[in-house]
Amino acid sequence: MKEERTTEQEEQKRGEPALTPLGTPPTPPIRARAGDITRPTMELAVGEGDVRTAEHGTTEAVKGTSLWKDAWRRLLKNKLAVFGMVVVGVIIVVSILGPPIIRLTTGFTYDYIPPETALNKSFPPFTAPDGSFSWTHPMGTDASGRDILARVLIGGRISLMVGIISTFVSLIIGVTYGATSGYLGGKVDNVLMRIVDVLYSLPYMMIVIVLLAFFGGRSPLGQLMLLFIALGAVSWLTMARIVRGQVMSLKNQEYVLAARATGVTTGKIIFKHLVPNALGPVIIYSTLTIPAVMLQEAFLSFLGLGVQPPLASWGSLASEGIQNIAIFPWQLIFPGVTMALALFSLNFLGDGLRDALDPQMRKF
Amino acid sequence: MFRFIIKRLLILVPMVLIVVSLTWGLIRLAPGNFYTGEKRLPPAIEANIKAKYGLDKPWYVQYGRVMAGVFGFQYGPVLDASGKEVKDAEGKTLREYEWHPYPYFGDSLTYPGQSVNAILLRTLPVSATLGLLAYMLALIVGLTAGTIAALKQNSKWDYSSMALAMLGISVPNFVLGPLLVLVFSLSLYILPPARWGAFPSKNIILPILTLSAIYMAVIARLTRSGMLEVLRADYVRTARAKGLSEPEVVRRHVMRGGILPVVSYTGPALAFLVTGTVVVERIFALPGLGNYFINANFSRDEPLIIGIVAFISILILIFNLLVDIAYGFIDPRIRY
Repeated sequence: MKEERTTEQEEQKRGEPALTPLGTPPTPPIRARAGDITRPTMELAVGEGDVRTAEHGTTEAVKGTSLWKDAWRRLLKNKLAVFGMVVVGVIIVVSILGPPIIRLTTGFTYDYIPPETALNKSFPPFTAPDGSFSWTHPMGTDASGRDILARVLIGGRISLMVGIISTFVSLIIGVTYGATSGYLGGKVDNVLMRIVDVLYSLPYMMIVIVLLAFFGGRSPLGQLMLLFIALGAVSWLTMARIVRGQVMSLKNQEYVLAARATGVTTGKIIFKHLVPNALGPVIIYSTLTIPAVMLQEAFLSFLGLGVQPPLASWGSLASEGIQNIAIFPWQLIFPGVTMALALFSLNFLGDGLRDALDPQMRKF
Repeated sequence: MFRFIIKRLLILVPMVLIVVSLTWGLIRLAPGNFYTGEKRLPPAIEANIKAKYGLDKPWYVQYGRVMAGVFGFQYGPVLDASGKEVKDAEGKTLREYEWHPYPYFGDSLTYPGQSVNAILLRTLPVSATLGLLAYMLALIVGLTAGTIAALKQNSKWDYSSMALAMLGISVPNFVLGPLLVLVFSLSLYILPPARWGAFPSKNIILPILTLSAIYMAVIARLTRSGMLEVLRADYVRTARAKGLSEPEVVRRHVMRGGILPVVSYTGPALAFLVTGTVVVERIFALPGLGNYFINANFSRDEPLIIGIVAFISILILIFNLLVDIAYGFIDPRIRY
């Protein structure tokens, strides 16, 4: 029995996939076919990653590395991606820990308006009400006297939350839709993909604007929920296409055939066998969706349709800052620059992840 | 090719209907309407106005009229030769459908006496000038920067232009716009900060820069990656091998590879351009479509919202068709 196993693997190494008897656990193909761009990434990293390291003459090739270890190593080599990762990490930590720290040290919260009317106005950064230097408001105050630092940090929480949760919503819709379409194929696929084509060319942001203008503004929390769903519901199209492509290239693999032969239901094949193997590109695209969604949220908040006061997001803070740009430019500059920095880092991180997880998609 | 165009034009009709129905449905499902503002109207006046705009009819009649309007059927009072409304025996104004060769969206609620079509005609030139000039600028700068970056890969030029491109993608236009105003209008006093002048005027410079930044960045990145892919292609090697000079190879073979992804990006870009113009028009107080659209949403001006959404959808769909046709010409491998 052991003898047979080795010959089988050797046969596969020569490029001829051995016929696996139905019902036995299929052995994954050892070497991927060269030049096949539809090749799934899992296979690619296990197969070709080894070849690559072998070329560099390290001993890792013998041990073999997993997809994730390999990707992690490649990611760490990319300086810009590491920079992005660090900045994103810092922003997340600061926006989680920052508000309670400010509350404990200076007593300000994002919605604290000083009761004295003399304080209800914009002070420049590092300035006390009497004009002297002070650490209480490192980013100054807004027109009602609220601490801008506290608001920027809360804004970071909200913006990141909208980005992550909406991306998650789009992930669920896109993966389900794309995997179903790709696996079923034929007429169903045709119809489902035509629908995506149609949706692609619609001005969906206009419909989101109508939705938020007519249904929003009840309560801050309801508004947030509406944002999550609305933004998630319009960002899944590309995800669906990517997953469909992946599933189509995977569905003729032997392990899917084996699963089908042993009577696994279609739903289980899709979600237990196909989707996990298509995860690489999904993760890559998700990291790039987060900044895109954050930008859309900021756009809606800028128009006054997104996050409602006293809650704040970077977009709504920038929108408030624009009103007073001539006199109090810091009210725009602090939230605006923080947001740009966050998006910049997220984009670099996404690019780096793409290069690391899927060297074939790498843009040289 | 001809069949392809006909097919796409036929698909256009149900798509516009879907968009209009969706928008109409959203507006209808929402509680409140144009008249539930802060100022309550006396009931008699409200009833009169509602009758004038046909809002007293059941929902299916209203929906039918909106749909008929999209197909060019204007429902309105019949006018006699002298331009007076014709009354029937009971003294009610006689109304019926009249057909035009263009969609008709009814009268605006917030701007009394103005039809949505008139508002569209007035605001479109502003938005279209802004959008087209911005996209043209983005094409020129983006293609140039992308080409240089690809041909001098890993050079100073490559890194600096790609870093700038990433910055362009990451800085939201509503941050970039006010910052430009702060520098050029409020500190250096060389450009006006807002308002729309007659077309060739200084007023348009800042809005165009603000709007085009992100497209420049995306186009530069697309061009660069497209060209790098082609630079390694077999047919480029063949072209060099048969003795074409390097500029000739770039111009005839490599450029094409750089332009293709940009052409296919143009379709989605147009849809984004709409949202971009909304922001820019609000920052710079320009009397364009986007500004009217947002105001219509705040004041719940149903005919104006539906009119603008339908109009933009038709525009985007037609542009997408043109892009697909252009694609067939640039890439001879594509057949419809």
